[in-house]
Amino acid sequence: MSKVLLSIIRKEFWHIMRDPQTLTIIILMPVVMLFLFGYAITLDMKEIDTIIIDQSKTPQSRQFIEQIVATDFFQLVAVDINPDRIETYFQQRKARCALIIPNDFGRAVQKQPATGLQLLVDASDPNAANYIHKYFTQQVFRYNQSINDISIIPFQVESRMLYNPNLRSAYFFVPGLIAVILLLISALLTSIAIVREKELGTMEQILVSPVHPFQIIVGKAIPYTVLGFLDSLIILIVARFWFDVPMEGSIVLLGMALILYILTGLSFGLLISTVTHSQRLAMMAALLSTILPTIMLSGFIFPIKSMPVLFQWISNIIPATHFLQIIRGIMLKGIGFMELYSQMGYLVLLAVLLIALSVKKFSKTLE
Amino acid sequence: MIPIQINHLKKAFAGTQAVNDISFAVHQGEIFGLIGPDGAGKTTTIRILVSLLTADAGQVLFKGRAVHKNMAFVRSQIGYMPQRFSLYQDLSVEENMHFFGDLFKVTRYEQKERMQRLFSFSNLEPFRKRRAAALSGGMKQKLALSCMLMHDPEVVVLDEPTYGVDPVSRNEFWNILKMLSEQGTSILVTTAYMDEAELCNRVGLIFKGRLLAHDEPQKLTNHFDHPLYLIDSDQSNKLYDALQQTPFAGDCHLFGEGIHLTDRQKRGMHAVRTILDEQKIDYRSIKPITPDMEDLFLELMQDAKN
Amino acid sequence: MTSNTFSVETENLTRKFGSFTAVDSVTFRVKPGEIFGFLGANGAGKTTTIRMLCGLLLPTTGDARVAGLNVYTDSEGIKQRIGYMSQKFSLYEDLTVRENVQFYGGVYGLNRRAIKTRTEELLTYLQLQDKADALTRELPLGWKQKMALSSAMLHDPPIIFLDEPTSGVDPASRRDFWLLIYQLAAEGKTVFVTTHFMDEAEYCHRLSIMRDGKIVELDSPEALKQQYNAVSMQDVFLKVVDRGAHE
Repeated sequence: MSKVLLSIIRKEFWHIMRDPQTLTIIILMPVVMLFLFGYAITLDMKEIDTIIIDQSKTPQSRQFIEQIVATDFFQLVAVDINPDRIETYFQQRKARCALIIPNDFGRAVQKQPATGLQLLVDASDPNAANYIHKYFTQQVFRYNQSINDISIIPFQVESRMLYNPNLRSAYFFVPGLIAVILLLISALLTSIAIVREKELGTMEQILVSPVHPFQIIVGKAIPYTVLGFLDSLIILIVARFWFDVPMEGSIVLLGMALILYILTGLSFGLLISTVTHSQRLAMMAALLSTILPTIMLSGFIFPIKSMPVLFQWISNIIPATHFLQIIRGIMLKGIGFMELYSQMGYLVLLAVLLIALSVKKFSKTLE
Repeated sequence: MIPIQINHLKKAFAGTQAVNDISFAVHQGEIFGLIGPDGAGKTTTIRILVSLLTADAGQVLFKGRAVHKNMAFVRSQIGYMPQRFSLYQDLSVEENMHFFGDLFKVTRYEQKERMQRLFSFSNLEPFRKRRAAALSGGMKQKLALSCMLMHDPEVVVLDEPTYGVDPVSRNEFWNILKMLSEQGTSILVTTAYMDEAELCNRVGLIFKGRLLAHDEPQKLTNHFDHPLYLIDSDQSNKLYDALQQTPFAGDCHLFGEGIHLTDRQKRGMHAVRTILDEQKIDYRSIKPITPDMEDLFLELMQDAKN
Repeated sequence: MTSNTFSVETENLTRKFGSFTAVDSVTFRVKPGEIFGFLGANGAGKTTTIRMLCGLLLPTTGDARVAGLNVYTDSEGIKQRIGYMSQKFSLYEDLTVRENVQFYGGVYGLNRRAIKTRTEELLTYLQLQDKADALTRELPLGWKQKMALSSAMLHDPPIIFLDEPTSGVDPASRRDFWLLIYQLAAEGKTVFVTTHFMDEAEYCHRLSIMRDGKIVELDSPEALKQQYNAVSMQDVFLKVVDRGAHE
């Protein structure tokens, strides 16, 4: 490695070490974000506040209520209130669903025709309402099975949930969060790296020396890669041991993927830094251009296939999409390089492209 | 009532004594110049005066009232122009001035009147619609001064208003200050340019947190109580190097027009000449001169070191 | 322009920013070992001229050669042969004195041993050995400026550009700084310097005074004082600029 490059790298390390406050934020921010997002974003529903109005008061209805209350999905907040007050409960957000058992329930379960249970669901959050409805249907199905021994159902689907047998959404989200956080951090780190020196005036001094832009760009990227990798290790440890996300595949392969991914983020930050003129603008640009697309378009939350075609294209361009496939693949499915080389290859391509673009855009003059 | 009075002021930052026992007063209608290099303690003194910093020890009075107990009074009455004061670059000359007028609750009618008066000596009227960013360095400083004068303060404090400004614009800026003081405004101004001392009614020379001397500029140079000679030659630096081998080493200073030699032993010019000839010093001429502020400052710095 | 005996030569050097002509057809020649002063009001074009000579800005028209190299085609070669110290303080305040020197040594591609010996030489010369591991921001400005100059000289360039190097520096340190400049000139280096201290202008061998992008006077300080019948450069300067205002 050239001496010039080495001395730029060393200088960047000095800057990082001289500023313990920023360093602390860089190290702590990802962990804090992981905890915040990890607990705030979850599709696992539990303890749904439920009202039950039992108008039949029969052994059958009590048995059914017991079965429902026994799960940790429903939590009783009111029993046998006046049905007129249900809406008040919903409006005050004290309950999200109400079950009304009609007074002919006891007779109905023993004889034909089948009776109707009434389930009222607050559907202002349609996803949740849907989920409550499904779960409730399951419970009814189980109850029906338990009282009618003769099964007349011709066939049944028996699903086995692979890779995430308990359907824990943490498994799904934590790797995604790692993708969001790392990209954000790495782009932020470098977005101000060059523009700060422009503001300080030290860039002028470097420009009059025979340094090649490539050396400045790469010299800035390398120290932050180390820092970003350190961040990703910390995040992985928290993911593995706090959120219990499994680690099925090769940790070495994942490490390599992480470095590639961080490098694309850093290169993107550097590109921002070369074309902006103030630290403030650079940081805003880095924040906006990483966090939104990564959350919305990478398949982190919303399935790519159900997006409009234009968004699917964007989704294919952003690095997070590819990294998500890699990290979910390695951590949850335990797949190896042979299944992931196209995604890894894309990250390499993107990093090289971004760095080349930064070098090209880097102004060697003060124009 | 004396506008500004500072007694035995002290202030330290992280172990460094930034201001060390400084006392002086600024009288009604005078220009008091606090002169010294960067890091001498000028800005700290001024920031304490305008209540932006608190003193470790000593008394700072503004119109007879203790500054740290009357912050609101001080801030509303004083016109303060901070070091490297930057205006709103994206606002026009006029907009900047209105903003500062509004800040001090000056009515629009008064603002209009004051603006005309300020334009009459700043000559910024033709540029009233121009953005501050597009003004030259000297014009920016004049605009900053005008903004500060929008609320018509009786006491004005300026921290290095002529820093990095060319001699012509500096000249112009000082003319404005002179006009203000003639109208009764009391002015405290700091600068690193020694040649600006002569433009003040009184000056204080400050270095490493200490006030080395303060008085009227003409009287100040009388503090310099050694004979001073100017030795002229083609190459001042060679002469300077040669003089380091003579008994005058340490008493010589490089100046634009030649070497200033301080006759500390009061040998007299003839004796000095003899010594120079004995040492085979090559020079063109030697003549006695009256010391200026820079000579005095160098002398006082040396005293402070010993 | 054929001669290579000049360190810097320009011919009708011009730089425009949009419709504004910052530097307007400037022609001058500077010999090795000369201390060449650049005077002018703020915005007269001094900094723009220096930046063009350093390869930080491209000229709009005209020619300039620095160390015999063309500013249009050989800016990389020029950068190896010049030292530059800008108006803004150009050292990293959060690095130590030693680290700054090492960094700039590295930037100019000096090898490890050369950096080490040059660093020690410099620290000894500036009497900064005991401050070598102090953060730069803790140094008095006078020392910083001397350090900045020394850092810009690490690769031993024959030409040095100094943009307002002594603003705010105390009188004693300013003199030390100028003795350093004299010493460099005596070693045969060409020194370009801009300043707002008119007494400092008299230290220069030759002075150019710029006004509205043009060089309006170019001569030795003595000749200029004689020509304007002035006692000091301050006088000369005010007269030159004043004359411009009435033209």
